[in-house]
Formats: sequence, C-alpha cells, structure tokens
Amino acid sequence: MSNELSGRVAVVTGGGSGIGAASAALLAAAGAAVIVADLSEGSKETQVGRFVTHDVASEEAWQSLLADILEREGRLDIMVNNAGISGGPGNPETTTVENWQNVQAINSEGVFLGCKYAIQGMKHLGAGKTQSSGSIVNISSIAGLVGGAGPTAYTASKGAVRLLSKSVALYCAEQKYGIRCNSVHPGGVDTAIFNPLWQAVGRDQGKAFLGARHPIGRMAEPQDLGELVLWLASDRSSFVTGAEFTSDGGITAGLQRRSLLGPS
Amino acid sequence: MARLENKVVLLSGGASGIGAATAQMVVREGGKAVLADRDEAKGQALAAELGASAHFVPLDVVHEESWQAAVAATVEKFGALHGLLNAAGVGVRNSIEDCTLAEYRRVNDINSLGTFLGCKHAIPAMKGSGGGSIVNISSVLGLRGASYAMAYCASKGAVRTLTKNVALHCAQQKYNIRCNSVHPGYIDTPMIAPRLDSNVGNMSGRQALEELHPLGRLGQADEVAHMILFLLSDESTFSTGSEFVCDGGLTA
Repeated sequence: MSNELSGRVAVVTGGGSGIGAASAALLAAAGAAVIVADLSEGSKETQVGRFVTHDVASEEAWQSLLADILEREGRLDIMVNNAGISGGPGNPETTTVENWQNVQAINSEGVFLGCKYAIQGMKHLGAGKTQSSGSIVNISSIAGLVGGAGPTAYTASKGAVRLLSKSVALYCAEQKYGIRCNSVHPGGVDTAIFNPLWQAVGRDQGKAFLGARHPIGRMAEPQDLGELVLWLASDRSSFVTGAEFTSDGGITAGLQRRSLLGPS
Repeated sequence: MARLENKVVLLSGGASGIGAATAQMVVREGGKAVLADRDEAKGQALAAELGASAHFVPLDVVHEESWQAAVAATVEKFGALHGLLNAAGVGVRNSIEDCTLAEYRRVNDINSLGTFLGCKHAIPAMKGSGGGSIVNISSVLGLRGASYAMAYCASKGAVRTLTKNVALHCAQQKYNIRCNSVHPGYIDTPMIAPRLDSNVGNMSGRQALEELHPLGRLGQADEVAHMILFLLSDESTFSTGSEFVCDGGLTA
C-alpha cells in the first residue's frame, strides 16, 4: 500500500513535531504531497513535505494557507488538525479566563477553523480531482473522554473537539461532500507536550512514570498515533465517519486511577 | 423532611426554562433558591412569586466579576452555598460551513466558559459551607453530534468533560463537592421556541422534534428539574463525574 495516497494533498497542523511530524512522514511515505503547517520552522523535527508558517488560531492564516495550497498543489484531500497546547497546569480553581481563552483559541477554535477551511479546499476540483472528497482527522485526547487526564481548560477544549468532529461528519455526509471526519484520542505520547515533566523529573524517569500508568506498560511513540492517522486519512477507512478512535494503551479501558497522567 | 431542607442553591439561567422550573422545586423542597439571570425583570418577578426563600441576582455568565458578585450575594443573603445549577445557555443553529469564528466563540463563551466560571467561583463558597453539589446542563448534543448545531455541540462536549475534571479535582482535594452533567433532550422551553414554529417538510417544527424522541413527545422542564433535584440533594451523594441523561429515549 506504499502509494495508496499518490496524488493526494495533505495538511498536517502542528506538523513540525510529535504526532504531527510522525503523521506527516507516514502520509508522505504513502505518496501524499504533505504540507507541514506549524508556528515556526526552527523547532521542526521533520524534513518531510513543504513547510508553511501557520497559526491555527488565526482565520486570516487559514485563508492564506488554503489559497496557497490551491494555487500550488491545486487540491486538498487530507486535513490533520493536530496542533494543540496543554496550556500548562490548571485545575478548576486556579485556571484563569486568560488561560482558558488561550487554550480554546488553539485547541478548539483552531480545529473549528481547520475543519471549515478543509471543507472549502476538499470541495475544490482540479489537479486531477473530479469530485468533492476528503478525510479530516482531528486530534482530541483521552482528556476529551475522561476528566482526569489533563488541565481544566485543556479537558474542555478536547471535549469540544470530540463533539465538533461528529457535527462536521454528519453535515458533510448530509451534503454528500464525500468528506469524512473523525476524532483521535491519544493517551500519553512522547512529545514536546510533556517537556515540562521531562525537565522536572528527567525524560527516562518521566516516561517510566507515565508508562506505568498505561495498562500496556509504556507511553505511545508518535509513530503509534501516526499509523492511526494514516489509516483514517486513507480510503481503507472509507465507511468510517463521526467516530472516536482511542489509542491509549488501554488507559481508559477499565477502572481508572483518580489522576491518569499525574496531578493537574 | 424536605429533600433540600436549608440548602442554598444558586441557579444560572434561573429566570426561565429548566432553571426556573428547578428554582421552584428547590423552594418547594425546603431550600433557598438564588435566581441568577441576565433577564432582571423576569428573574425579579419569579423570585418575588417564590417568596422569602428566593432571591434574584443579575448574572452575565461570561464575566468573571459577575459570577464573583453573584456568589458573594448568595452567601450574604442566605449564609452559605450548597448547590449550583449551571443552566444558562444559548441554543444556536449553525453548520461547520456557515458558522463564523465570532459566533463559534460567542456560543462557547456562554455555554462552556460560563459553566467553567460558575464552577470556579462556587467551589470556594461550597468549601466554606461544608460541601456541595454542582449540576451542569450539557445536552444530548454533548453526547451525539448534529449537523445543524456545530458550535452548540462543541460547547456541550466541553461541558461534559469539564464536569468530570471538576468532579475529580474536588474529590482529590476532599472538598465534599460533587459535580455531574445533565443531558436533556428537546425540552419545551424558550430555548427551542424558534424551532417549534418552523416547519420541517410537511411536519410542524414541534412534530419533527417530538418524533426524535422514542417517547413521542418533548420533555417538560419539570422532568429535567426532578433529575437536577436528585443531584442537588443528599440522595445522590455517591454520584460524581457522571452523565445523567433525560431525553425520552433519544440517545438509546
């Protein structure tokens, strides 16, 4: 299946690192032309694809990104709304309105805008594309499923992404756009989102600590999630829309610790 | 003994719909109800009707200072805070293609930020009152998607997981504060009035909504209020972080 995405054009937000970079690499390996959209090129971990400086919270940025892609690549088939922030520690008592708004702007509004402009792009015909089609993959979190897996503002933002994805899926199905939309719910993944923990306790110790909280005995590597994103992006998942895909080493499968990923 | 004897309950959106129905029930069950709403005329009138056990405070849920003032006024008036109902909300129809960023933010601010701020400022007052119960109104659209309610779905999904986060935080801190979400189907309240008047094909708006529910009718505000009353009362002391559905079988 190495060329199953040949001719397709994919955007991965937050594509410079972590789950985004792993997804971009796998999409490119499957033959897609990948646009890596991220805040700055400086910290990117990938050499894959075409890099575009992009802020998901800015509607103007989305407008120019889409115009740029339709001009250069001529079509859009896959959108991976992966960019997100934890927003730092915060419980219901300590979270400020400013922190709340900042996290929603990126994690929730950013995915809303990503879906909105993805649909525009996926309906556009050209560069060999003769009918509207596409797959939108929104990265939520197990924090969008349960309450003890992240800070307060983050948890709310990921719950929004979970339901927003279903609304988008049903709308596109009703409109017969041929566009699918699903949410992905990772547990602990070894990405920059855990940098504060790595700095506090050391990377190896932090990974062992979090790994032990997953029934499978380890944290995920970005590649684990990239494989799921690739599957959802490909035609192999053509009957799948409006659904939730958990890849969390079993952490939400059964009786839960009170705090899944450490104190919030 | 009455089910909410001497319990003080603050209700956002208390002037109408589910909030008003719950306020009436709180007073009937021996509690004190503080109706908090943007609609001062309606809220004042209902509080006056309910008598000495009720009080009105103006509240705009998206402003932190407004919540601080409402909680302070509640404690000043009745000496404690044991219950919070986050019922204020806005129902808006829009799809992913026609919703603007400004509208997405407005809906999420009222429904989701507003609920967060209510929880945030009720917790300290409840700690000072020996504990309490927070009830957040989500929706069946916090459980299932709908193509025509994109921003609303997002906001109610946020309330669903926010509720669990608040519940776990309060449990970990041993505050004796519980927090649960309620997920109503379509309830015959002012929020859905515009939909009742618009025809769907050859059906009236009301018929179309009724048909969504296996029970074949809309819910009444009192039916949701009964569930909220259970969650506010000491009948539900082992329930926290959970989802309570009141939808005539809609999501079954």
